[in-house]
Amino acid sequence: MTLDGWFQIALFSAIVVLLTRPVGGFMTRLFSGERTFLSPVLRPLEIGFYRLAGVDEKTEQHWLTYTVAMLVFNLACFASLYALLRLQGLLPFNPQGMTALTPDLALNTAISFTTNTNWQNYGGESTLSYFTQMAGLTVHNFASAATGIALAVALVRGFARRSSKTVGNFWVDLVRCTLYVLLPVSILGALFFVWQGVPQTLGTYTEAYTLEGAKHVIAQWPVASQLAIKMLGTNGGGFFNANSAHPFENPTALSNLVQMVLIFLLGAGLTNFFGRMVGDERQGWAIFTTMGLLFLAGAAVLYWAEAAGNPTLTALGLDPAGGNMEGKEVRFGIVNSALFATVTTDASCGAVNTMHDSLTPLGGLVPMVNMLLGEIIFGGVGAGLYGMLLFVIVAMFVAGLMVGRTPEYVGKKLEAKEVKMTMLALLCLPLVNLGFTAIAAAIPAGVAGVANAGPHGFSEIFYAYTSMSANNGSAFAGLSGNTLWYNLTGAVTMFIGRFAMIVPMMAVAGSLAAKKRLPPSLGTFPTTGPLFVALLIGTILIVGGLTYFPALSVGPVVEHLLMQTGALY
Amino acid sequence: MLKHLRPAIVLTLAFTVLCGLAYPLGITGLAQALFPGEAGGSLIVRNGTVVGSALIGQSFTSDKYFHGRPSATTDTDPADATKTVPAPYNAANSGGSNLGPTSQALVDRVKADAATLRKEHPGPVPADLVTSSASGLDPHITPAAAEFQVARVAKARHSSEDRLRALVAAHTRDRLAGLIGEPTVNVLQLNLALDDLFAQ
Repeated sequence: MTLDGWFQIALFSAIVVLLTRPVGGFMTRLFSGERTFLSPVLRPLEIGFYRLAGVDEKTEQHWLTYTVAMLVFNLACFASLYALLRLQGLLPFNPQGMTALTPDLALNTAISFTTNTNWQNYGGESTLSYFTQMAGLTVHNFASAATGIALAVALVRGFARRSSKTVGNFWVDLVRCTLYVLLPVSILGALFFVWQGVPQTLGTYTEAYTLEGAKHVIAQWPVASQLAIKMLGTNGGGFFNANSAHPFENPTALSNLVQMVLIFLLGAGLTNFFGRMVGDERQGWAIFTTMGLLFLAGAAVLYWAEAAGNPTLTALGLDPAGGNMEGKEVRFGIVNSALFATVTTDASCGAVNTMHDSLTPLGGLVPMVNMLLGEIIFGGVGAGLYGMLLFVIVAMFVAGLMVGRTPEYVGKKLEAKEVKMTMLALLCLPLVNLGFTAIAAAIPAGVAGVANAGPHGFSEIFYAYTSMSANNGSAFAGLSGNTLWYNLTGAVTMFIGRFAMIVPMMAVAGSLAAKKRLPPSLGTFPTTGPLFVALLIGTILIVGGLTYFPALSVGPVVEHLLMQTGALY
Repeated sequence: MLKHLRPAIVLTLAFTVLCGLAYPLGITGLAQALFPGEAGGSLIVRNGTVVGSALIGQSFTSDKYFHGRPSATTDTDPADATKTVPAPYNAANSGGSNLGPTSQALVDRVKADAATLRKEHPGPVPADLVTSSASGLDPHITPAAAEFQVARVAKARHSSEDRLRALVAAHTRDRLAGLIGEPTVNVLQLNLALDDLFAQ
């Protein structure tokens, strides 16, 4: 670990803190239906969308209507993407002549991009055409991100409104988010990335002849336009197999810094949006602080573990100052690889600039824990905020039990219905990730995909289901996921991880919206101070720890102990 | 349910046109106009042929060149399409080794590479020279890894080591603003400069 390394972590954190208020302020105006500085350009387009779609932007929806609209939209997204993947060979912009995906791979990929997971059982440059990447995957990077944000906006309205039957209009939130937030930032981001060296071309792969005379085919695509939304929408599905480790998908340290900022940008901004909507920005900063502390703890452990390196390799005569460089790129080095791995798993992005499979055991433990806690550390766009607010409900419920008082949060009484729905939403994740891991580790079809033997092999399986249930999409990529077993169980896992959480969460939103807002009294537990942050962090760690400690012990923890003894598999 | 079908289908199509076609094609047009070199893949052309991309590493095995990092990329086995064979620096199929920290295969590979390298230069081996990169296409090595190879290249080129050290120094890029990222040496650009230097 170096002073410069810590400085780079501090610089990144400072940028995120500085951007949080402006983004939150913009979103507050946007989702309250006010004019923004982009309205003169985009408002006509927005109105055109409503006319075509037959949407009345003034009509608000009950939480159930809102949820059904969201589900129907996601079904349409899934169907169109599945069709596109299956018909790939017949469609244009396909200079490399890529053929259709198999039904199970197409199913897995379509679910994956619709649920904002972007788990990839295919290698981009060897499987997909330009058309599929643009008109298929890029579109769903926008649509799934906008869906997540719309849902978070609906839950925030639940907290902010008084005695209201409605939580907003899904179509309006979806269109506004795409047009005013995702598209403008993506355009700026894409141009920035091209400037840094990311290709944006529709030509065929280049054939080069190296200095030593060998033929060298260079895959290059319209990468930049997809890269920007992949980060901003916390999608994470790479153009190339190596994702943001590929020099074309992340050419410089500066492009790397901007990618990390884009991952956190909307998740951080949404905390401020929440604070403004409930009328007290400090409520948002308390959530932000909770997320920020969990982020810094993860980044510190991962940086320490990777800088310490692998003692078995050091014993072979390697310079110990180099750290664990297997699966890392020189331009990022230890610190930017560790920081990126933390950021991408805190948010449910899942883009990688280092191969997580080759992280040290404790280094690899951090991404797993980040995902297992439920992707609430800034989290997936929208999903991070609504996931964290569910934990707030649990924390306030626990606090209420301790003093024997009905818990309240930002003026809303939390009663049996909210707490039950919250527990339902939170419990569906361990059901699928632990359940499928246990089955896969016990049957030949599951074990067949494993690339590393010993406890690391178990970690590969556990990481896969963790990543898919959390809608993250990063992988211990040694696992061969493109098999019937992993394609199908993965699709189920991603679907449950996304929608089994959303429906109860929306029920909470609807129930909260209908309640009165109580003025704070002497007995109200203050939710803006350090005590609240500590209580919330404690609740998150206890829930996560109790659920996952045994599985983590069998994987990374035991592997760490074995590595210290020099054991090999 | 049915009343949602129209907006769902219309908006899916509208987003496909806007985000899936207009946006990427518009960016392609802008990028080609503003940054044609970068948008085209930062290709390096020598005497009319493309010798590579400044951003993509390539395989160097001759003693006369500086070598990049080990690459774990593969290609389809020409004999059996369901299998893969090692193909270092295959720029059409990026990826890392995905070997875990307690992998016997990893330790065997590093041990063999480190033993070879220590024959040409005693002392600790820079970690990046024996570990495979994440993409398998890492265009860079650390300045320490370049320094490690100076003696070998100098011998093969019948040159003084100091002359090569000056060349390496000229091709070493420090952190951005001295703070962001890591110091790097671009292997392809260094080797091109090396050929130029000794062609004179």
